[in-house]
Amino acid sequence: MSALPRAGELGLIGCPVCGQVCDAAGADGGALACPRCGSTLHRRKPAVYARCWALLIAAFLMYIPANVLPIMRTASLGDIDDNTILSGVVELWVKGSPGLAVIVFCASIMVPMLKFLALGTLLITCRRGSRWARRQRAQLYRLVELIGYWSMLDVFVVALLTALVRFGLFSLVEPLPGVVFFGLTVVLTMFASMCFDPRLIWDGKEDSDD
Amino acid sequence: MTDELAGALPRPVLRKQRSNSWLIWLVPMLAAIVGLSLVVNAWLQAGPEITIMFQTAQGLAEGKTPVKYKDVVIGKVEKIRLSADRNHVLVKVALDKSAKSFATAGTRYWVVRPRIGLGGVSGVDTLFSGAYIGADTGDSSKPQEEFKGLENPPAVTHGEPGKSFVLHADDLGSLDIGSPVYFRRIQVGRVVSYKLDNDGKGVTFAVFIDSPNDRYVDGSTRFWNASGVDVSLGADGLKLNTQSIAAVLAGGVAFQDPGGPHDSTPAADGTNFRLFADQSSAMAPPDGPPSYIRMRFDQSLRGLAVGAPVEFLGMNFGKVVSVRMDYDAKTQRFPIVVGALVYPERLGQAHEKLVALAKRRGDNADLSHMIGTLVEHGLRAQARTGNLLTGQLYIALDFLPHAVKADYNPDARPLEIPTAPGSFDKLQEQMADIVAKLDKVPFDQIGNHLNDSLASLDATLKQVNGQTLPALNDTLHDARKTLGTASDTLSADSPLQRNLGQSMQELQRTMRSLRVLTDYLGVHPEALLRGRRADPAEAAPKAPPAAQPNRSQP
Repeated sequence: MSALPRAGELGLIGCPVCGQVCDAAGADGGALACPRCGSTLHRRKPAVYARCWALLIAAFLMYIPANVLPIMRTASLGDIDDNTILSGVVELWVKGSPGLAVIVFCASIMVPMLKFLALGTLLITCRRGSRWARRQRAQLYRLVELIGYWSMLDVFVVALLTALVRFGLFSLVEPLPGVVFFGLTVVLTMFASMCFDPRLIWDGKEDSDD
Repeated sequence: MTDELAGALPRPVLRKQRSNSWLIWLVPMLAAIVGLSLVVNAWLQAGPEITIMFQTAQGLAEGKTPVKYKDVVIGKVEKIRLSADRNHVLVKVALDKSAKSFATAGTRYWVVRPRIGLGGVSGVDTLFSGAYIGADTGDSSKPQEEFKGLENPPAVTHGEPGKSFVLHADDLGSLDIGSPVYFRRIQVGRVVSYKLDNDGKGVTFAVFIDSPNDRYVDGSTRFWNASGVDVSLGADGLKLNTQSIAAVLAGGVAFQDPGGPHDSTPAADGTNFRLFADQSSAMAPPDGPPSYIRMRFDQSLRGLAVGAPVEFLGMNFGKVVSVRMDYDAKTQRFPIVVGALVYPERLGQAHEKLVALAKRRGDNADLSHMIGTLVEHGLRAQARTGNLLTGQLYIALDFLPHAVKADYNPDARPLEIPTAPGSFDKLQEQMADIVAKLDKVPFDQIGNHLNDSLASLDATLKQVNGQTLPALNDTLHDARKTLGTASDTLSADSPLQRNLGQSMQELQRTMRSLRVLTDYLGVHPEALLRGRRADPAEAAPKAPPAAQPNRSQP
């Protein structure tokens, strides 16, 4: 036993809603509820790996059509142009807006991919009880949670343009199915990161060097 | 410390365990199903892939350019690449599932771009939306993957009711694909295609006549090029004949049946026709095979152009195809050799009868032999003036009553027809003769003489004026005086008159006394001898006074 005890070792569970600390030693048989506010109590989030993996896989599955299907149709004077995320980035770059292209690329392609990688890494390392770079992994998780909602940039752009650009024959912007899948990807990755319990990073044997 | 706390802390409420954590796997399953359905859908929707070969990829864009049939999108361009020989563009098109029938042999593809011609503007919508690939189905159901794209939109879409006909012409004129075809000045069809004949000697057109007007085309229908403006100045004034202004500008074809009885069963699809240059030649009797004749003229043929008509007794018989100069070393002259194509069948019945006659005589029915007979009877070619204003010449084949005998070789090739100087040339010759004769008249000398004569006349007149006339005047003056005197003399109260009266009275008296004397002598002849006897007194006093004045008077 190391110098600093953990709540689990002491048989204590804190209520995440009202902060009530309960003595749950030996109460492993069923679901526990906070005696004060009635919220469900867990030592760790239940079925973290299953939920996380399921949501992550679902998000990844959605990410494929999100990239393959066009997300936006711009029509000006009869010239109809369907764009996928990647073709939009390419078009922005070619048409002389490299800055915008980089932003869209980061928000729509890099960030979701990094989220998949980060969550996958966290899940695998925690499952193994690895003690490698715990602090950095904790920071990574916080970063993933933080940037989660900013990935909706594409969806916002399409929604805004669709609402704003409606000039009949001259100019028209329409959303296409790709944007729905992209939105689903973002939402599912956010759920996945919510399901993850960062305390898992710190579970396992305490590193003596740490 | 923990033990102290453990006693004070509340125990959590125990709830019934719910073991439904597997439910979360429904989410990826759902996602997988959606993804799979998309894949399946795409796979089900995917139609055949075809490759179309075009000359250029102008206006086409990968993943964007649609393929349309009757303005319905049936596919999309997937990939554009160059052919291995770099001469063509290969456009890979993914057709929709529903457009499976467009991947069959006979389907035609072309690029619809904005086209502006004199006949109108087409594909304006593509100005904004960009080019697209148009498609038209074919008859066949044999699958095909490689297509050769048309460079021009087909004028006839598949299944359009109507018939197409083939026209042969010497040249394209101003016709183009899409040029209208008129029947009684109503547009009933259009030119679908044209191509050069294999031998390079003409152009073959395909025209499409829409149903139901295609039934007006029958075996004897004549087609002509209606592009030109036909202006004729005839006895009934200036006539302008065109199909429409559009046809004048953009070209067009017209057709009509010739007058008179003819076969009027509709012609079959694909029937061959000749495309005439204009309406009059189209409506003329059929030409039949042409024969080449040659004529040698010894006079200037200024105004004779290639294409000038050759007329036989006023009937259009052919046209001049060449006018060339020759040199005759013997006579040191430059005869002009005129080549012409003549159509004996244009003479109609005359030709038939001549042929029949020649056959009956056992003669060669060849044109040269027939003409030989005619030459014997005075047939000669003449270059005549067709238009006095422009001096245009035409060749007239006519029978000259007093033609100089010409040698004619019926076996010579090409056939040479003897010529005679044209009537206009004769006139010119006569005029020249007259002019030459007039030239010989010494107008100069005549003038000089006349001048001299006039000078002397002038002098004479001066003399008359200066001398003769005043003398004449005096003479006349004197004459008047004389006449005045005469008039005085002869007046009633003039002494002459009085004297004359007196003289007459004296004469009367004398005569009376003479009578008395003769009477006395008659009675008394002895008185001559004896003298007068004493008389009664009454007679004696009368006689002596009468006799005396009479004797003294003269």
